[in-house]
Amino acid sequence: MKNLLACVAGALFSCGLMLSGMVDPQKVLGFLTLTANWDPSLAFVMGGALAASIPATHFILKRSAPVLASDFDVPNKQTIDSRLIGGAAIFGVGWGLFGVCPGPAVVQLTSLQPAILLFFSMMLVGAMMTQKFAMNRL
Amino acid sequence: MYEWLLALLGGVLIGSSVSLLLVMNGKVLGVSGIVFNGFKFKLLKEASNHWRLYLLLGMLIPPAIYQWIVGRSLPEVSSNLWLAGLAGLLVGIGTRLGRGCTSGHGIAGIGRLSKRSILATITFMSSAVVTVFVMGALT
Repeated sequence: MKNLLACVAGALFSCGLMLSGMVDPQKVLGFLTLTANWDPSLAFVMGGALAASIPATHFILKRSAPVLASDFDVPNKQTIDSRLIGGAAIFGVGWGLFGVCPGPAVVQLTSLQPAILLFFSMMLVGAMMTQKFAMNRL
Repeated sequence: MYEWLLALLGGVLIGSSVSLLLVMNGKVLGVSGIVFNGFKFKLLKEASNHWRLYLLLGMLIPPAIYQWIVGRSLPEVSSNLWLAGLAGLLVGIGTRLGRGCTSGHGIAGIGRLSKRSILATITFMSSAVVTVFVMGALT
């Protein structure tokens, strides 16, 4: 049941990404360009998503447990460290270079474009290298 | 106008799916973590970790139908393989170090008003904007 639910959530999520234009790197880069050619439409994606998730999350986390599980598996870390900020900054550079973040990368895998397959593989390589070599030392 | 409406609708769908996974399963819908942990051999031994693979499978179904049954194509990405490889590597490193991406920090994390996620989102948005600006100046 939980697995089926995860599958449904994933399908809805990817419909949202496709409908909103997040899977189009040109559109994403147009949004990240703060020049005269700025394409503001993607601001509505985040706006719409947060308009749904902020109030929903507020009420959901008031429950003692999720519907199908015994606990909420939610990070409760509060500290701001250089790893968080540095990591986010590096991620942003990668996002700005190619216009694809992890969600749209998964959706775009089905298009079988060589560049996206390479992007996705290198993303796994980068994540694994970081986990192996950096996480315990920084 | 039409594009804004689609963006808004898509956004609401994204926010709803994140909330759905939280209320039903108690899990955070953050794609970078789900991809990374989804294929970890150690975690796959336990059936309780398989939900990540089901979620990824679910994400592949709509675009598969759209392309292979409806017959439309997804937008093209840049065909520059050097750029794709470098960008992928940076996204992998950055999301692992920073523990999240646009979905995990930007939607789920800000959804719970997490200070870490708000700061991370401001940071990656800013560095992405600077990167696009520099790339524009170089080309």
